[in-house]
Parts: sequence; C-alpha cells; structure tokens
Amino acid sequence: MTIRLATAAAAIALLLGSNWALAADKPTDQQIAHIAYTAGVIDVEAAKQAIATSKNKTVVEFAESMVRDHESVNKQALDLVKKLNVAPEDNDTSKALSQAAETKREELAKLTGADFDRAYVENEIAYHKQVNGALETLLIPSAQNAELKSLLETGLKLFQGHQQHAEHVATELK
Amino acid sequence: MSANPARRAFLALFLGAAAIAVPAQAETVQVTIDRLAYAPAEIEAKVGDEIEWINRDALVHTATVQGGAEVLLPAKKSGRLVLQEPGSFDYICRYHPNMKGHLIVRP
Repeated sequence: MTIRLATAAAAIALLLGSNWALAADKPTDQQIAHIAYTAGVIDVEAAKQAIATSKNKTVVEFAESMVRDHESVNKQALDLVKKLNVAPEDNDTSKALSQAAETKREELAKLTGADFDRAYVENEIAYHKQVNGALETLLIPSAQNAELKSLLETGLKLFQGHQQHAEHVATELK
Repeated sequence: MSANPARRAFLALFLGAAAIAVPAQAETVQVTIDRLAYAPAEIEAKVGDEIEWINRDALVHTATVQGGAEVLLPAKKSGRLVLQEPGSFDYICRYHPNMKGHLIVRP
C-alpha cells in the first residue's frame, strides 16, 4: 500500500518533471495563465472529493480552505486575463497536470477512512511542492506581464502556505 | 489667579481626574495584511490595548496564538482582539502557517 502510493507519487513527479522541462522552452503568458488556472482547478476538485469522502474534521476543514483559496485566486486570475485581454491557451503542461490529477482521483476513490485521509493529505503536500517548484523555476521567471508575474508571486506564497498547512494536518493524522 | 478656595478645589478635582484618565486610556494598534504578510510583523502594546488586523487580501486569514486566542479575519474585513495578559507571543495564520507575526504585551 505504502509502496504503491510512493510509486504513484514518483510516477507523477516524473511525468510532471519531464513536462515542466519540455515547457521550459519558455511558456507564453497565455500558456502560463492556463497552467496556473488548471493547477488551481485540480486542487479544488481534489478538495471536493475529500469533502465528500472524509469523515475527519481536520481534513474536511483543510479541504474547505483549499476550495475557498483556490477559487478566490482563480477568480482574480480570470479578472486579470479579461483585463489584459489574453486568452489562456491550453498546452502540454496543462494536459499533463490534468491527466496526472485524473489518475490520482481514481486512485483515491478506491480508499476510505483513515487510508483516504492520509493519501489525500500526502498528495496535497506533494502536489503543492510540485506546483511551487514550477512557479519558482519556470512560470514566474517566464512571465512577461508585470501584473501576471505579481499574481503568480502571491500565488506562490499562498501555495507555500497550503503546503505547510497540509504538512501540519499530516502530523495530526499520524 | 483666583484665591477662591472653592475654585481651587474644583480645579484640583478636575485635573486630578484627567491625570487618572490618561493612563487608563487604551489604544488601538493596527496591523495590515497584504499579500499574505502581517505588517508590521512585530508589534508592542500593553494590556487593555486592542489590536485591529485589517485584511486587504481576498482570502480568509486568522491571527492565531498557539494554544491561545484566535481571531478570524474574513476576506477584505478586519478583526479585533483586546489584550488581556502580558507576555511575548508568536502568532500565525492557521490557514497559511507561513504567515508569522509577533506580539509583545507589556503589563
């Protein structure tokens, strides 16, 4: 069980790792906006799955805060792309993120109770780490528009907070 | 200058009352939250003072002392806390623990 999850996490890291690297041929602002938005939507969906499945108050409260924060940031992102008149553009990185999320969702759907809680929270830690790495090394440095860059920087601080929050929840589950 | 004893007594009473009222007056110390940071991050106040956190973010935050008081700060709203006991307190946002503040409360 632990081994299977670890393998899945490694596979996702590998998949994302290679795709982030592919995208490193400098994503455009339109692509960056799409990636950031997709990353937020994925976490909202994962949180909704947790709210529907988990019976643990701490886990549900964490998931609710993920829905609240990511929806708020994505609303700001939508307002910004509208204002800047840039249409978010689908790309390989967004597709890889969605694909990995779908696989994870199916994997989590087979779990219940404490097994689900632990797997969900562990994945939240790994996922936010992954997204934060991409923001720091690729998305923020590549962003051309100052307002988009600034929103991504706030996003990074927010997601670092989420990662720490998830780590805190994980210690409570042990 | 009046030598009227009644007036002198009145003045003494009035000034005396004012002198007592001054140290009892509580202040409000403001902390602004912008882009997931408390500013100023470190504040000093005294027992009886009030801290007002003004949340400029479109996110819900808290000011939470570990094992102690917690103030919920809804998006774009503010929250207040009257300081009850002296001490030196670290506080964080429960939802974003990378937000850190420090509060020194003098007696």
